[in-house]
Amino acid sequence: MFDSLTERISAAARKLAGRGTITESNVREALEDVRTALLEADVEYGVANEFCDNVLKDSLGRGVTKSLRPGEEFIGAIHDSLVELMGSDDQKAFYVEPGPTVIMLCGLQGSGKTTTCGKLAAFFKKSGRSVLVAAADLQRPAAVEQLRIVVSTVATEAKGGARVGFHGEPDQCAEYGKAVGAAVGVCRRAVKFAKEEKYDIVILDTAGRLHVNDDLMKELEGVRAAVNPHQILLVVDAMTGQDAVHSAKTFHERLTIDGVILTKLDSDTRGGAALTVRRVTGAPIKFVGTGERFDALDEFSPKRMAGRILGMGDMIALVEKTRQEVSDEDAEEMTAKLAKGKLTMDDFLKQMQSIRRMGSMKSVLGLLPGVGAALKNVDIDEKRLDRLQGMVHSMTTAERANVKLISKGRAKRIATGSGTTANEVTRLTSQFEQMQKMTAAMASGGFAGKLEAAQRMSQGGGMPGMGGGGGSGMSLKGSSATPSIKAKFKERKKR
Amino acid sequence: MGIFRAALDLVRKGVQKTAAVFGAQLRSLLKGKRLSAELIDEIERRLIGADVGVKATREIIEGLRADFSAGKAQTGEDAIAYLKRALKSRWSSEAQPLAVAAQAPTVILVCGVNGVGKTTSVAKIAKSLKDEGRTVLLAAADTFRAGAVEQLATWSQRLGIEMVRGKSGADPAAVVFDAAEAALARGVDVLLVDTAGRLHTQDNLMRELTKIKNVVAKKIPGAPHEVLLVLDATSGQNAINQARVFGSAAGVTGIFLAKLDGTARGGIVVAIRDELDVPVKLIGVGERPEDVQAFDPDRFVEAMFEE
Repeated sequence: MFDSLTERISAAARKLAGRGTITESNVREALEDVRTALLEADVEYGVANEFCDNVLKDSLGRGVTKSLRPGEEFIGAIHDSLVELMGSDDQKAFYVEPGPTVIMLCGLQGSGKTTTCGKLAAFFKKSGRSVLVAAADLQRPAAVEQLRIVVSTVATEAKGGARVGFHGEPDQCAEYGKAVGAAVGVCRRAVKFAKEEKYDIVILDTAGRLHVNDDLMKELEGVRAAVNPHQILLVVDAMTGQDAVHSAKTFHERLTIDGVILTKLDSDTRGGAALTVRRVTGAPIKFVGTGERFDALDEFSPKRMAGRILGMGDMIALVEKTRQEVSDEDAEEMTAKLAKGKLTMDDFLKQMQSIRRMGSMKSVLGLLPGVGAALKNVDIDEKRLDRLQGMVHSMTTAERANVKLISKGRAKRIATGSGTTANEVTRLTSQFEQMQKMTAAMASGGFAGKLEAAQRMSQGGGMPGMGGGGGSGMSLKGSSATPSIKAKFKERKKR
Repeated sequence: MGIFRAALDLVRKGVQKTAAVFGAQLRSLLKGKRLSAELIDEIERRLIGADVGVKATREIIEGLRADFSAGKAQTGEDAIAYLKRALKSRWSSEAQPLAVAAQAPTVILVCGVNGVGKTTSVAKIAKSLKDEGRTVLLAAADTFRAGAVEQLATWSQRLGIEMVRGKSGADPAAVVFDAAEAALARGVDVLLVDTAGRLHTQDNLMRELTKIKNVVAKKIPGAPHEVLLVLDATSGQNAINQARVFGSAAGVTGIFLAKLDGTARGGIVVAIRDELDVPVKLIGVGERPEDVQAFDPDRFVEAMFEE
């Protein structure tokens, strides 16, 4: 149905890039596409307009019309505006001395407050700070029990040695609307307890509520008055639509929000809420939730988010993950080879092995430029990776260094050795050659060159053994496929 | 008499916020005015702001512009009439009741992404069915989220409806299998299955849902008779993706639009209607178990423009 925001902006940039001379009206035209993409991404109407106005001013100021690479300039302008809109980098959590630092979470129902509490507790535990989590949601059935389980999991399983405690008063729970106000007492006692026990941090998990429910909003004001939280964080579902403006604004007006936690960013939402909420509250986005496990919490980086939106992939996250697995020397060597397009099958094997140690192929590949969107509808069968490894293992050293050596006869031998077919081997080698070319293009090209290579990668050949579709099983064509192709893909999976 | 009858007047309550913010503003904007290009732009802005979606909004607005230049729409009142027509024409006016199996038990599977309100919605449906005099068995198949089984168990107690539960971490398909057996043995009218929240981007979890569906079909031929997808009314255009992916993985037969009391909008149903052939069957309009209504498009659209 919709193209992704990335695809739309790239298309707009390509329009500019394809022209000899650029006029202001060309830029306006391209911006109209960007505006539509933003609206389709659930960015609030007013915010989207303001954004486009800024980009127009900025790109004209940069002299896009005179530039030799207008597409590149244009994307640069959009990138900078996105970063500016979402705030500066380094929105770290802060701590008070003496403790405890009191953090209050609030938000609409189902935004993910309780899950986020567990993630925050794990985050603090890892950083060596003791944390007490208090269950102030007395409305939703079993919310106290949920938090108790989440906290005890973090206490026993999360990394780090700091204390993780739980404060809950299940006898205070009542049916909807009958326990209003009781949360104030629970929070007060929790903070008192934390002081006595010398916890560094207290997290208050409040009940989900509608911004239009005056009684419940008053309860939050009561909690604030009673315990004076150092940080009031609003938890926002990244899939929220235009209404994000109203709820965020109301929560901010009544409580003065210090920061925002954006949850469920592992969905395929295009994240318009991130832009909107930042704009209307002025409060920085501090963390993003990216999964159901307690370690799926990242500190928010506007640059990374902007990069993701622009299809530059989340290279920073990839680099961080890689550092844990690959030594610096290895990485440097690899980069040099990539740049020259001299990647060998041995390198490929080594890479694949270390990548697989980092997590599932899909989650790692998702961080690569342009690949994330392409992967969203694709199911990567990890067993096929075993087959790929098997094929490489069955190649001679000379073949691994130069895949061009692999003739039909050699392919047959490799197939026999790895329990695959000669066709599969040929497909692997030809796609590997393609990838060599592409990575070289990506490494040498400028900003737009990278983007273009990423686009090609997601549309065309892809990675060895993962492109081409047609029975090889791991097609990267997901995102550009029409619904009917997607349906067929699903059908095939069912069989 | 519960959710099988469209309680038209009560829908008004659910969308009163929509009416207050969207409808009333639109009316005061248009009333007694001569229609102009600027005014049409403003209508476009409000439709998008109501999560109606860019595509549906453009289509509606283009129609209005055509009427305007043809002289067919000249006043604000003409515009309101046009908008009502354009929106209403998207739905069939027939009631969309929940499916009932020829031979009991009817199996209703409830699914959706995390945090949309599945368990609360299950409680609402259960209460409604019970109030209609049907016997209901709940299956707590969310064995993943901490406290999820306890949450449904609390509802089961409050509503006096029996529940089959599995251990935390158990295979949800196994829980559903046991529940199906229990439903047959006890001869209940309806088996209502609450599943774990799952993002539609998680292929393995979507397959788990397909498996749950297949397991129950093996035990009870023709089941599940109804697969309800719970959507959060505050969610944006992503809800369409959710509906599409859940549709192909679980064969969604109807939508339960939750939290319609909270959002000032609700226009997402228009976008969903344009993209997919899945009817909206029920709407959730509050926190209490009785806060559920049959979705009535006419009423819904009328309420959007009420003062």
